[in-house]
Amino acid sequence: MSSQLINQYYRAEKLPHIWCPGCGHGIITRAVSQAIHNMGLDKDKVCIVSGIGCSSRAPGYMDFNTLHTTHGRALAFATGVKMARPELEVIVISGDGDAAAIGGNHLIHAARRNINITTIVFNNNIYGMTGGQYSPTTPTGDLATTAPFGNIDKSFDIANLAAAAGATYAARATAYHVPQLTKYIENGIKNKGFSLVEAISVCPTYYGRKNKKGTVVDQMNWLKDAAVDVKAAQKLTPEQMEGKFLIGEFKNVTEPEYTQEYQKILDRFKKER
Amino acid sequence: MSKGKENLKLKVKKEWCKGCSICVEFCPKKVLAIKGDKVEITDIEKCIKCGLCELRCPDFAIYLGGMDDEEK
Amino acid sequence: MMKKNNVKFMQGNEACVAGAIAAGMKFYAGYPITPSTEIAEVSAQLLPKVGGKFIQMEDEIAGMAAAIGGSLAGLKSMTATSGPGFSLKQENIGYAAIAEIPCVIVDVQRGGPSTGLPTAPSQGDIMQAKWGTHGDHPVIALSPSSVRETFDLTVRCFNLAEKYRTPVMLMLDEVVGHMREKIVIPDASEIEVIDRIKPEPGDSNYQPYKVKEGQIVPAMAAYGDGFRFHVTGLIHDESGFPSNSHEVADKLMTRLMKKVEDNLDDIIAFEENHIEDAEVVVLSYGGTARSAKSAMKKAREMGLKVGMFRPITIWPFPEKRVAEIAKNVKAIIVAEMNYGQLVLEVERVVKNAAPIYHVGKINGEVITPDEILAKIKEVL
Repeated sequence: MSSQLINQYYRAEKLPHIWCPGCGHGIITRAVSQAIHNMGLDKDKVCIVSGIGCSSRAPGYMDFNTLHTTHGRALAFATGVKMARPELEVIVISGDGDAAAIGGNHLIHAARRNINITTIVFNNNIYGMTGGQYSPTTPTGDLATTAPFGNIDKSFDIANLAAAAGATYAARATAYHVPQLTKYIENGIKNKGFSLVEAISVCPTYYGRKNKKGTVVDQMNWLKDAAVDVKAAQKLTPEQMEGKFLIGEFKNVTEPEYTQEYQKILDRFKKER
Repeated sequence: MSKGKENLKLKVKKEWCKGCSICVEFCPKKVLAIKGDKVEITDIEKCIKCGLCELRCPDFAIYLGGMDDEEK
Repeated sequence: MMKKNNVKFMQGNEACVAGAIAAGMKFYAGYPITPSTEIAEVSAQLLPKVGGKFIQMEDEIAGMAAAIGGSLAGLKSMTATSGPGFSLKQENIGYAAIAEIPCVIVDVQRGGPSTGLPTAPSQGDIMQAKWGTHGDHPVIALSPSSVRETFDLTVRCFNLAEKYRTPVMLMLDEVVGHMREKIVIPDASEIEVIDRIKPEPGDSNYQPYKVKEGQIVPAMAAYGDGFRFHVTGLIHDESGFPSNSHEVADKLMTRLMKKVEDNLDDIIAFEENHIEDAEVVVLSYGGTARSAKSAMKKAREMGLKVGMFRPITIWPFPEKRVAEIAKNVKAIIVAEMNYGQLVLEVERVVKNAAPIYHVGKINGEVITPDEILAKIKEVL
């Protein structure tokens, strides 16, 4: 027996999942289903699309219409699904490499269109599936198997990247801050437009070990201590913000949604059909 | 979930537990411990049914379940 | 009775869209690229009028991906491109092959490699159509020689995609894509349209990758129909979930290959001219076949016994028929706008039954009838 939430929204026979002990992805995946449950969405009308990587294995465990695509392309596949069936609630689960490196172009353009898709980026700052290479969110100076002398890349702020590209909802929470994370995913789904929720995960196996971040508990404690709510941060000095990162809702606005705008074109020709 | 706390009970699905100890460390009442690589409820009397362990369990292995589904 | 408004003067690219809509296309996702752009433009114009949808994606890869997504959500979907874009689409074409998602990919071939000759014709992507995506996979590719045939074959591409649940490629070339001809659009009643088989509504035993007895492919539900199934590009079992089992991999891969291999008679189409008494057969396809036909006619006028074989289905290649023909001729001339691609397949199937000559061109010019005629005279 497992919890009601798991029984109701998971393909329990596929569990336990493939993620490493302490991997934050399970926490975030659970939060996604909790948000869906809180909203009372019809399982038959939810489609969860993923790309390739650790995060992208999540939909396989989830009892919805699920689509595990190619690396980086989840949003492009999801755009096709959403265009074809706008009544479906389309949710994309992606990782930092999947969404912001190989899939970066699809991310900014889905955001620009403001198509009603909610993207949850499981950001663990590393390529886990391939064994610990640096990703677009690996902090500068950190170690990875492909950055043995320290990462010289600068990292992306995925939530603000999406917001700048046109997403109408953008937020960030962590695998520690689960109630906030769940609320943001709910708000993202509620937003009739492109929403991005960046969920900071923990990778004890590769990122954590390589960078001597201690146990998974140490990493969770770091999330607890380093995350500063965007509202609280307004009162802090740059010195006080040193080594911290922001969580919270960064953008929440209403703008014309893509499939609705296309529907207007279709309506124009209704009489002729 | 929607039930009142009095009807809930802390439960562990050991087959799914990978022993990461997140639940143990962040339990506000220190109800849990890792024994033999798996979580164990060691002091159920102190449990306040806050559900934080369930929220932060990466393996869906610990949860507040109903009294009635015990044997299922 | 031919209706007056069914007679049109149109480009191959326009006929492609007309055929797609006649076949039931309801979703187009693509990216502009010469010389295929008109296919996107005309789709954008016409689809909303038939309740269909068009989207210009951010790149070629996304165009392919969105077409697959649209198909999974139940709409007949198409994308069109040319060489550089065809290269970019390959990974997701493989996805459609392993996940068995019906869709149509049009490649209006231009001079390559790379940016090459964007406005000049070529048939240099013929082998890419077969081997472009990695791993073994079933391939169906058709190549029309006229505007009307572009219409017909686009319909057929959709029908084959739906029937065999596989991506199907329409290999146009810049000649046929941009050529304008008179075309009589057939009445809807004359057009055969095949739709994918769907599971019975509410079938609680639905397995998305289980082939029911008497059927060629598994029934395909659409997202939102209430089946909540899983689709992956990983090797998967009948339930649709990934598996590392060698047995499962073998079973799936063999089934994918066999669904085409076991139905060659249904899939393969070709045109023959004067094969019966031919001493030399010119094998040609697409735009080049027009020059081949003209060369054959000139040769016949000169009393030379020349025939012509035109594969309409390029992949799977009509190998049985070509091997038969080879037994009775002195030579086979393969004419194609590349350095020697389909000729390799002809050599493979003919073996030593007849000598094989190649007339190729890689400078962006079409092959003329006289060039083929010269080769005919040389080998006779």
